[in-house]
Amino acid sequence: MEIPLKRRALAVVAGVTAVLLAACSSSSSSSTAAEEAAPAVEKLKVAFVYIGVPGDAGWTYMHDQGRLEMEAALGDQIETTAVENVPEGPAGKKTFEDLARQGYKLIFGTSFGYMDPMLEVAAAYPDVKFMHATGYKTAPNMGTYFGAAEEARFLAGMIAASVSKSGRLGYVAAFPIPEVVRGINAFELGAQAINPKATTKVVWTSTWYDPTIESKAAQSLLNAGADVLAQHQDSPATGQAAEEVGARWLSYNSNMQSLAPKAWAGGPGWDWGPFYIAQAKAVIDGTWKSEQYYGNMKDGMVKLFGPAEDVPADAAAAVKAAQDAFIAGTAAPFDGPILDQAGKTQVAQGATAPMDALMSMQYFVKGVQGTIAK
Amino acid sequence: MTQESVLILTLAGAIGTGTPLVFAAIGGVISERAGVINLGMEGMMLIGAVTTFLVVNKTGSPLLGFIAGGIAGALLALIHATLAISLRANQIVCGLALTIFGTGLASFIGKPIEGAGLEKSFSKLKIPFLSDIPAVGPVLFKQDGLVYFSWFVALLASLYLNRTRTGLSLRAVGENPATADAMGLSVVRMRYAHVIIGGLLAGFGGSYVILRIVPAWSQAGTTNGIGWIALALVVFASWRPLRVIGGAYLFGVALQANFALQAKGITVIPAEFLAMLPYLLTVVILVVLTANRRTRGAGAPAALGLPFVRDER
Repeated sequence: MEIPLKRRALAVVAGVTAVLLAACSSSSSSSTAAEEAAPAVEKLKVAFVYIGVPGDAGWTYMHDQGRLEMEAALGDQIETTAVENVPEGPAGKKTFEDLARQGYKLIFGTSFGYMDPMLEVAAAYPDVKFMHATGYKTAPNMGTYFGAAEEARFLAGMIAASVSKSGRLGYVAAFPIPEVVRGINAFELGAQAINPKATTKVVWTSTWYDPTIESKAAQSLLNAGADVLAQHQDSPATGQAAEEVGARWLSYNSNMQSLAPKAWAGGPGWDWGPFYIAQAKAVIDGTWKSEQYYGNMKDGMVKLFGPAEDVPADAAAAVKAAQDAFIAGTAAPFDGPILDQAGKTQVAQGATAPMDALMSMQYFVKGVQGTIAK
Repeated sequence: MTQESVLILTLAGAIGTGTPLVFAAIGGVISERAGVINLGMEGMMLIGAVTTFLVVNKTGSPLLGFIAGGIAGALLALIHATLAISLRANQIVCGLALTIFGTGLASFIGKPIEGAGLEKSFSKLKIPFLSDIPAVGPVLFKQDGLVYFSWFVALLASLYLNRTRTGLSLRAVGENPATADAMGLSVVRMRYAHVIIGGLLAGFGGSYVILRIVPAWSQAGTTNGIGWIALALVVFASWRPLRVIGGAYLFGVALQANFALQAKGITVIPAEFLAMLPYLLTVVILVVLTANRRTRGAGAPAALGLPFVRDER
């Protein structure tokens, strides 16, 4: 039977195309349409622009919880909308423009890559206030906000060391950027506060949300002997991998206890609500000013979920004491002396790492096993 | 977990990673053997995943959830069959449309369960005696029931395609529908049935992701493109069900190798490069298969992608 070669080739081409498509099919769009309502009473219209969907139980979920807290607190003084799955770059810019044109006077963008598009749109709409999470560029009508997750990461490290039998911890890390590196270091420093010999092994996934990959990364750490895992990504895959083999897990972003109840020992997270409420109030009162806001455990933006009930009482008390010290300002996660992996002093005895050192952190502290890609 | 070596644990993990691919790619083989390309696989996996989640949390039965996930995938495949077979639409275009539709529909159905956790799932089943075989036992026979089921499906599909009358008829339909038609086979009915079975298996693949890989629903992030890898695997396996298993596990190993090396402290190769390795490997193997005269298009059903119109033949 003679078969035209073209047909066979077609099938192969379809296969190759499939692989290429796989590389770029990480998300598709389904957005909550921002609709226009007739402004009978003068309400402040507040918009939120999300990189993902609230359903990730992670980063976007917590921002959306903040939005709901804000709605509950300010009632009919405000009206909010959320636009989901907005890509970074030019497509994002269009969303910000649309929102500004529709009369939204306060717009929050919750992904780093919105920075430049927001800045451009902010210049074109001077009467609209823009707030950008995790960025560093500002304008008279655009500010930034983020929080000292390292405080909660430090406490998570303490919990991890207290439930670990071997002192070997594992960290499923996202991307080698200062925010993630800072979190890993704080985690290891916290672990050392309980067990000076504790080590943290790091693997990088290069993902923010990919359950299959993250569960593989977690399994590799468990296979290598880690008995407690921490994570930076949004998916609970790391927790399930730990649960499966009876290991323990520190989640991130939201309270993920229900997603792996036996493994879960606690986890750092966020509460954006109070900040969002304060921002909206400031706009309503006319007192809003552009700033670079850095929240922490004291103002409640950064939280620790847990520790879980089975964490030893003395460890839980130590965690509580450290948390109180952070809140009181008598201690900080990066108090010296801090040595890096090579043994070089990065923060001297009696000193604390300054803000700019935190924001540009590109070294691992002693006790972390892994490398940061340059 | 300390008694077993890292290598064994890594291989055992790779099997878990490969299992959704085994289900989906065998679904692809069956549908394509009938002459219908199904690019809607990713959508069917997502629909399967979300359905499984809803059913498990409603009924508390992972088994019911798994079955429901398959049925949901099959229903979506029915749409594909209607468009591609009855209406003779371009299979590539309507397959792509179904992936987009399936993704959107799954997001819509899944809205209320975003962020919730799966309440119940399968756990690992040790097979007595077999799991005690050194090396092989812990890799192959300490898996969950669905892994064993996926082997059964592959074996069944292989026997079906090679050893049964209906299976051979199916191949005739995919190779030369006009002749099959002249032989008195109903090309339309055969194609419908096998596209739907393909969808059922893709749905099972999605169910597996939710049940065993990540117990929470998050839109397209749940499968994150493995439906496309499954499509590539069909070609990779030369449309043979048993070869699918090898390809799927190879992909699983490649995926796991990245982290196993990092965890061992081997960082000569950057993590970012290792992260793209499985995909790169897939492309390279496809290119090799295509470049080699003997293997080029080997096993591809001759009428793949062609609508059947009786009068034109």
